[in-house]
Amino acid sequence: MQNVLDASELCKSYGSLVAVDHVSFSVARGEIVGLLGPNGAGKTTIINMLLGVLAPSSGSIHIAGRDLALERARALERTNFAAVYAALPGNLTVAQNLRVFALIYAIRNAGVRVDELVREFDLERLAHTKCGVLSSGEQTRVALAKAMLNRPELLLLDEPTASLDPSAAQAMRAHIRELARVSGCGILWTSHNMYEVEQVCERVLFLSRGRILLEGDPRRLPAAHGSRTLEELFIHLAREPLDAQQARGPS
Amino acid sequence: MRMRPVAGVMLRQFYLMRGSPARVLPMFAWVAIDIVLWGFITRYLGSVAGTRVNFVASLLGAVLMWDFFTRIMQGVTTAFLEDVWSRNFLNFFATPLAISEYLTGLIATSILASLVGLSVMLVLASTVFGLSFFALGLALVPFLLILFLFGIALGVLATALVLRLGPASEWMVWPLPALISPFVGVFYPLATLPAWMRAVAHALPPSYVFQDMRAIVAGRAFAVGPLIGGIVLALAQIALCTLFFVRVYRYAVRTGLLARYSAESAN
Repeated sequence: MQNVLDASELCKSYGSLVAVDHVSFSVARGEIVGLLGPNGAGKTTIINMLLGVLAPSSGSIHIAGRDLALERARALERTNFAAVYAALPGNLTVAQNLRVFALIYAIRNAGVRVDELVREFDLERLAHTKCGVLSSGEQTRVALAKAMLNRPELLLLDEPTASLDPSAAQAMRAHIRELARVSGCGILWTSHNMYEVEQVCERVLFLSRGRILLEGDPRRLPAAHGSRTLEELFIHLAREPLDAQQARGPS
Repeated sequence: MRMRPVAGVMLRQFYLMRGSPARVLPMFAWVAIDIVLWGFITRYLGSVAGTRVNFVASLLGAVLMWDFFTRIMQGVTTAFLEDVWSRNFLNFFATPLAISEYLTGLIATSILASLVGLSVMLVLASTVFGLSFFALGLALVPFLLILFLFGIALGVLATALVLRLGPASEWMVWPLPALISPFVGVFYPLATLPAWMRAVAHALPPSYVFQDMRAIVAGRAFAVGPLIGGIVLALAQIALCTLFFVRVYRYAVRTGLLARYSAESAN
């Protein structure tokens, strides 16, 4: 499979603090990869670097073959994201936000694309409601609709179901899986919900203290490392990180 | 530069204004208050001094010019602050939107909003207090151009300061025009100022506008050279302030400042 994302030897330091330490990974087209790790492991730092809002101290990022450092606009044309901490402006309506971002992404026939997404994400009833008064689940749907505006080849989802009830979260997971299948976009997904990760991700990267400790199939990794469940493995890794050199590599 | 992203930045501001009288009102309200206040002051001064000095043209004209400049500057800044207030940086800057496109969108928004304010200003000043800006003749064009260009430069500088120092530094932006006004001689000749303030005034393009405006009102010929110098100076300041913004933006990307504007933390 062709990679839509190649991150190579990514490092980010703040003075003597190393937030991300020589991280390399890839995401193939149509693949959903989970980026897991305890709070402060460096997940959001990596997402921010992939979005071009945080410069790596060293290393390179290629999105659909474009070097993010050299061809920022061309790389980000093929990328989009949704994150709980980046809600769309609450003082615009759903339709207004989508129209604005359609123009920002320089989409042709922006109105048609916005109408398509409003239907696809079941937002017709909310189209003229200000985003700030929507429920968490509705805001997540709007954020995902925004994230699909430019038909991204790489989709970054930072805890996309964090504020959803179990039923809404299940529906959202199914929707995103279908998006990956139909559109062929690669997805990098961060979550603290291990059940969700097992359901959605084909591959996971365990991150701790800025380094990737483990990589592999979330359904096989626990047994391969003496744990009963992915959650148990997560807790074990968060409290007693393995030696990265020893542990990394597909199980 | 691509036009669609610029239109996107402008459309966002248009939606905000259309849906909020609280945003539209200041475009007219402060201008109207200034005109009424200074209009009556000039009328009173005129009655005291007789016809020797044209206070309407010199004082009220100066107030309107200064208001125009302030509107331009605050238009750029307010459009930027809308993104600060709604924590929209991550959404905007994680897109292909270029800095030049973003700034152009903010500036174009400010131009349109300021033109609305200018129209109100002109109508009110001419109908109520009999001020005719057109009495300034062709000089009105470079006057407005200089104030317009310098307003953009100062607006871009102010946005760069807020980006660098954080949302709490917003308070520094609003008094910037007031800080500058004593140096540019809005109401008095530069000769009134001490030498060090005159030196500062020469680096501020509006100084040339108000000097020449007073010359015209006094019936003297205005100096073309300083006005051309003022235009060149203002253009150079726009270039410098844009470079400063780009530099601050790159610093914000390098240090995680930009990500922290929206995200909970940069880990």
